[in-house]
Amino acid sequence: MIQAIAFYLFATMVIASGVLTIMSRNPVHSVLWLILAFFNAAGLMVLLGAEFIAMLLVVVYVGAVAVLFLFVVMMLDVDMAELRAGFIKNFPLGIAIALILLAELVLGIGALQAGALELGTATGENAPNLAVSNITNIGALLYSKYIFVFEAAGLILLVAMIGAIVLTHRDLKTTRGHQNITKQVRRNPKEATQMKQPTVGEGVEL
Amino acid sequence: MIGIQHYIIVSAILFVLGVLGIFLNRKNVIVILMAIELILLAVNINLVAFSAFLGDLTGQIFAMFVLTVAAGEAAIGLAILVIFFRDRGTIAVDDVNRMKG
Repeated sequence: MIQAIAFYLFATMVIASGVLTIMSRNPVHSVLWLILAFFNAAGLMVLLGAEFIAMLLVVVYVGAVAVLFLFVVMMLDVDMAELRAGFIKNFPLGIAIALILLAELVLGIGALQAGALELGTATGENAPNLAVSNITNIGALLYSKYIFVFEAAGLILLVAMIGAIVLTHRDLKTTRGHQNITKQVRRNPKEATQMKQPTVGEGVEL
Repeated sequence: MIGIQHYIIVSAILFVLGVLGIFLNRKNVIVILMAIELILLAVNINLVAFSAFLGDLTGQIFAMFVLTVAAGEAAIGLAILVIFFRDRGTIAVDDVNRMKG
C-alpha cells in the first residue's frame, strides 16, 4: 500500500516536472524543474531496489549536470522572448507527433499486458546476490565482467573533459603580458651581449 | 508490488515529453539539451525497471553507462553553446547554417 502511494507520487511528480521543464517560459525555471524530475526519478529507482543508480542520479545529474546547465543559462545573456517565437506555431505538430508516438508505445505495452508479447527471461548469469547490498552486487559485476566497458566509460569522460576545456579555453593576451617561453629558452649570451672597446671620449655606438 | 507496466508507461510518457520538448523549443538549444536529458532519464528508468523485474543486474550497469554518456554529452554540448554564443551573440538554432555548402 505505502509502496503504491510512493510510486504514484513519484510518477506524477516526475511527469509533471517533465511537462514544466519543456513548457517553462524562463530557462532557469526549466533547469529547476529538471532537477525535481531527477529527484523523483531517483525515488522511482529506490522503489525498484536500485539504490546505487538512484544515488548516482542525484549526485551526477543534480550535483553536476544540472548545475552546469544553471551556470550556462545564467552566463549567457540571451533574449528568451525571441527564442520562444515559434512555440505556438510548432505546438499542434509537436502535440500530434507526441500523441502518435505515445499511442504506439502504449500499444506495445497493451500487447504485453494482453499476453501477446512475452518478456525475455534472464539467463541468471548476472542475477543479484540478495544476501548482500545492491552496490556490492554492482561492484562485483562491474569490476569483473564489464571492466573493459567501464574503462571505456572513463575514456569517454576524459575525452569530454579535454574537449570542453579545449573548446572554451581562450588565451587572455590583454591581462598577462605574453611570455614566449621558446624565445626565452633560445636566448644565449652570444646573441644577447656584445663586446665593445670604445676609445676614450667618444662613447659607444650601439 | 507495482507491475512493470506502470514503470514502462511512466518511462514512455517521459520519453514522449522529451521528444515534444525538442519540437516545441526548436529555437532554444539549452531547452533542447534539457529535453535530451529527459529522454535519457526515460531510458534509464526503463533499463532499471527491466533489471529489477527480470532479476538481472545488467540493466543497472548499463544505466550507469548511459549516465556517463549523458554527462559527457551535456558538457560538450554546453561548451559548444558557449563558444557559439561568444561568436554570434545569440543561441537561436535557426541561424546555425554556417557550414552549409
